[in-house]
Amino acid sequence: AAAMSMNADLRRERAAATFQPELLTHILDGGPERTRRRKEIEALVLNDPDFQHEDLNFLSRSQRYEQAIRKSSLMVMKLREYGIADPEEIYWFKSFVHRGRPEPLDLHLGMFLPTLLTQATPEQQDRFFMPAWNLEIIGTYAQTEMGHGTHLRGLETTATYDPSTQEFILNSPTVTSIKWWPGGLGKTSNHAIVLAQLYTQGQCKGLHAFIVPIRQLGTHEPLPGITVGDIGPKFGYDEMDNGYLKMDNYRIPRENMLMKYAQVEPDGTYVKPLSDKLTYGTMVFIRSLIVGDSARSLSRACTIAIRYSAVRHQSELKPGEPEPQILDYQTQQYKLFPLLATAYAFHFVGAYIKDTYHRISGDINEGDLSELPELHALTAGLKAFTSWTANAGIEECRMACGGHGYSRCSGIPDIYVTFTPSCTYEGENTVMMLQTARFLVKSYTQVSSGQQVTGMVSYLNDLSRQRIQPQHVAARTVTVRINDPSSLVEAYKARAARLVEAAAKNLQAELNHRKSKEDAWNRTSVDLVRASEAHCHYVVVKLFTAKLAEVSNAAVRAALTDLCLLYALFGISKNAGDFLQAGILTSAQITQVNQHVKELLAVIRPNAVALVDSFDFHDVHLGSVLGRYDGNVYENMFEWAKKSPLNKTQVHESFHKHLKPMQAKL
Amino acid sequence: SVNPDLASERQTASFSVEKLTALLDGGAEKTRIRRAVVEAIESDPVFSRENQYFQTQNERYEAAVRKAVHLQKKMHELGWTENGSESKYIYRALSGDVAFLLHRVFMRSISVLGSDKQIAKWIPLATQLQVIGSYAQTELGHGTYLQGLETTAVFDIATQEFILNTPKISAMKWWPGDLGRSATHTVAFAQLYIHGKCYGIHPFIVQIRSLQDHSLCPGITAGDIGPKMNFEHIDNGYLLLKNVRVPRENMLSKFCEVRPDGTYVRQGSQKINYFTMTTVRISLIADEVLTPLMKACTIAIRYSAVRRQSKLKPGEQEAKILDYQTQQEKLLPQLAAAYAFHFINDYLQELFDRGYREIKRKNFDMLPELHALSSGFKALVTHHSTAAVEICLRACGGHGYSLLSGLPSLYTKILASCIYEGENTILLLQTARFLIKCFTAASAGHPVPPSVTYLAAVKPGKCPAKSKLDFFSPDIYTEAYQHVAVRLISSTASKLQDLIQSGVKKYDAWNQCTVQLVQAAKAHCHYITVKNFAETVEKLETKAGIQKIMKHLCDLFALHGIFSNTGAFLHDGYISAAQMDMVTASYLDLLAVIRKDAVPLVDAFDFTDKSLNSALGSYDGQVYQRLYEWAQKSPTNEMSPAYEKYLKPLLHNTLSKL
Repeated sequence: AAAMSMNADLRRERAAATFQPELLTHILDGGPERTRRRKEIEALVLNDPDFQHEDLNFLSRSQRYEQAIRKSSLMVMKLREYGIADPEEIYWFKSFVHRGRPEPLDLHLGMFLPTLLTQATPEQQDRFFMPAWNLEIIGTYAQTEMGHGTHLRGLETTATYDPSTQEFILNSPTVTSIKWWPGGLGKTSNHAIVLAQLYTQGQCKGLHAFIVPIRQLGTHEPLPGITVGDIGPKFGYDEMDNGYLKMDNYRIPRENMLMKYAQVEPDGTYVKPLSDKLTYGTMVFIRSLIVGDSARSLSRACTIAIRYSAVRHQSELKPGEPEPQILDYQTQQYKLFPLLATAYAFHFVGAYIKDTYHRISGDINEGDLSELPELHALTAGLKAFTSWTANAGIEECRMACGGHGYSRCSGIPDIYVTFTPSCTYEGENTVMMLQTARFLVKSYTQVSSGQQVTGMVSYLNDLSRQRIQPQHVAARTVTVRINDPSSLVEAYKARAARLVEAAAKNLQAELNHRKSKEDAWNRTSVDLVRASEAHCHYVVVKLFTAKLAEVSNAAVRAALTDLCLLYALFGISKNAGDFLQAGILTSAQITQVNQHVKELLAVIRPNAVALVDSFDFHDVHLGSVLGRYDGNVYENMFEWAKKSPLNKTQVHESFHKHLKPMQAKL
Repeated sequence: SVNPDLASERQTASFSVEKLTALLDGGAEKTRIRRAVVEAIESDPVFSRENQYFQTQNERYEAAVRKAVHLQKKMHELGWTENGSESKYIYRALSGDVAFLLHRVFMRSISVLGSDKQIAKWIPLATQLQVIGSYAQTELGHGTYLQGLETTAVFDIATQEFILNTPKISAMKWWPGDLGRSATHTVAFAQLYIHGKCYGIHPFIVQIRSLQDHSLCPGITAGDIGPKMNFEHIDNGYLLLKNVRVPRENMLSKFCEVRPDGTYVRQGSQKINYFTMTTVRISLIADEVLTPLMKACTIAIRYSAVRRQSKLKPGEQEAKILDYQTQQEKLLPQLAAAYAFHFINDYLQELFDRGYREIKRKNFDMLPELHALSSGFKALVTHHSTAAVEICLRACGGHGYSLLSGLPSLYTKILASCIYEGENTILLLQTARFLIKCFTAASAGHPVPPSVTYLAAVKPGKCPAKSKLDFFSPDIYTEAYQHVAVRLISSTASKLQDLIQSGVKKYDAWNQCTVQLVQAAKAHCHYITVKNFAETVEKLETKAGIQKIMKHLCDLFALHGIFSNTGAFLHDGYISAAQMDMVTASYLDLLAVIRKDAVPLVDAFDFTDKSLNSALGSYDGQVYQRLYEWAQKSPTNEMSPAYEKYLKPLLHNTLSKL
């Protein structure tokens, strides 16, 4: 298409912003230098003709897989050629190459290689690491089975040690034990790290990891005893060959068990690992990535919906005047601006977890695991809280784009289908919320027995002082000032305390007059999830508020403060019942909160486009006709549609095959 | 054989599944006819959807055309007619997977908007599929706001023709189904100009493709708008008109006519036309919303009875995930909503039948109420059901994400219903406008339509419940819903009033209150749904356990609504904090009660396995076996060219040099 100038509406929006978007971009990236480097890498990829291809929306699944494999292999070469080795820079590079989508080497690079590094013995590293680094071995990580996901102890694959041959015999004893879902397993990998129940000397020793060759080097044919394939079409992840793997009396040498920690000696003697808390570290890290991903995915959807809403004109607000931008409708602002605020909130939460992880990972390496349990519990809940919210938010953004949001050209369907599995993988969200709840109840119990707790749950300490008076923990009067973020943090804190206490008491009541612990837990689980949500919500508001103080530029800080207030107040408005029931806020205050939310919408309105520009998504990365930076939406929708597969011929073949014969017969 | 985990669920049903199915169908005879239609369609291999999840957009489209053509033949063979008792079940039996759906809208618009002469000319041609029609209203730049459409039709007296044009890019017709590839004709909506004067939007029959070789007619540019979230089988299209001339007789002229000399004549009442738009909103609820919602519930609940995960009691076998309170709390409210919406749909259908009888007698009094109800309920039901299907999808964990679960396609299809036939927010604001008007009238002592008389009888007070059991009383919760609806409508009305009195312009005041207005409209529709459910239960026969289980579902629907929106009920203290704890307790207690009948309750929806087309939701519960078998049929399991082209060089490897 011919070069077009910027849409006049968007130009006006940008001119009217009260702050410089670049300054906010620097904050999101972690400093101007990081922004510069990110853009440098972005240009490296996007200007590279090797990474160009047809719009993926028009390709079949097989073609998408093919493109992804092609780009991935080039990517690995070029990363090494450019000497890019910093994990975050690799992440950027990969994200630009694959435009934020998954790719078939994800598990090789993200799980297979790192697992070798952390769990393989030096001898095993000699055998496997360099070939894997050079991609002669492509591996995946086969944990999930058809019958079990998050509940790892239920996995059924077996690895039975045979001392006579010094081999493990791997089996998939039931249909449900077939490995199912691992990325890159279906077509790409020739090896897999397989998690299986280890049996030696007649005893089950629990889950252990084994390096299993699955395809013949050279021909890529499945090895005898191995059944492997693709699990078929999915909602998204078209470029990923999620696979299945069935093993029948498949033998691997003893040396293929990852033995840096647990070991099986040649005679079958089992040597236990030192601590199982070590795996927490990896989980915390991956969950922190998902929190960041929630922020990014929601940011992309907001960028598209807000720019499009500034370009689209519809109906009338004032009789006789031109049609207004749909962004001027209060209902549209009410849909989009709280999500924009949420995207910012989650960015800061993601950055916080990552920093905390890096801060304490040094301690972990030195064997100090004291901070891990809380961080582990917190990230489980935040992973669930942010991914649920972002998942719903992306859909709201799409709905806010009306019919055109439904077209693949909007890009939002793709963001949604790519993002939505994060509610399930790396720990199903409800199960994650219950893990956080377990920690909260434990902390509550500690406080009840007179101990102090530290960290994000320290608000529970107030309970012991409260106990002197016979009332709810939160029934103390909190003077809430609805214009002051730090005062709102206190309100959220009180809500969390109240819901944690209510859940803990209900749990105790169940335990008092019944049965098993598990049963009592199950009968309280809806309450427990609510308590976790309230806790996470408090943490998000707290971290967002804390971030404001770090922003030096006054104009940027003002814009972020509006968003922070909107985030906090909107959350109160949506959960008004919790605040009313606990007596934290009065009805009159709730009415004020509702009113103030609407006033903030109008305040944020002039900065809306600048606030999404600050996310700084390149058009190619955004992949949306509706969300283009230049705002030339309609022209480009037409250009895009002309490339549709149904338009390949002027008269579709079904006319000759079906319509014409029928009409001839009548 | 049936998975024992599902078989055991069915043995303990507290009610007769067959009787409940008959209730849903409206009588055992209707069940019989429906099943016969389903059997006839599903036994015919042309209608198979077996490989649907593996097909490309082109293949899906071709299959849909093949099915549409075959259906024509089949109906003739079986003696089914358009107006016969079978016809309403055909679409459900096909799961909507057939082309020429807009062709029906094309025909309906001619029947409703056309003169007798136009009907006589076009309907026989269309019935025989000698012409294939589409309905081109929406443009790139405008959807729900019809006055904004930009296509023009200028009358040329000299040739007695209309000249149609697409004056700018945003005026291009965009989205109409069957337009992209199939249609030979369309009803196009355009701004009518005579002697330079604009007369507003009018419908014109325009030929777009040759009846001989299907090539585009001169002045026409048309094609497919590209891939969407769903509806791969439908060729939603675009259409550009450049000086396309159609004869004067092609303007549909039952209500408006342009005489040969250019005189514009309006005749008859167009109100009946509005009524048609209103009925479409209601008629889509059954096929496009309830069916996918019920299918999603069936799949998710059956799967949850088969899937076992983790242990509830040490030493026992792993528990069915349906036994986890959190899973029940996800799924059972959706099941209750499916029943609630089924009954509200019955209520609306009946109301509209009555309305139609009145309108035929030239009595248009019911129109404003019908319009408000159809808008509000279209929005409420599509919104809730879409959210419900998504919850079902996510409640199935990883396997829900596979297309083979059937859930992704149900979701992507149902969610379009939030937008087509009127975007939901706009529809709710239309309902709100009606409510505010009625509230003002009621406050002034004027009569109001039956569905809103409650606005006249506002009684202050508090919820009288004393124990958690009181919340199983329909009077208690229905009144709570009524109270909230009245409170939200009245407070918004006075807010509007205040703003206007303080000097804010009316339209500005309206925009400033729209968030509240939307909430008020939702509260109204929610109240009517609860009330209707409770009244329906009251009238059900008590035998065969039907009334009892429906009463439980009604309670659950009502209490779930309070539980998930506590703020609205606590706001003015109508429900106290202590009472809200009772609501929560009752609500959670109910989950365990309904849990026992969950599988029979979805069995009663009576979907065949072919119709569900789900590896997770089949009647026999052989989930894992089916998932494994279906996956192996995936085309991706044929040797991929990617290996030879990219993987092989990668593995063998040119990279190690680096």
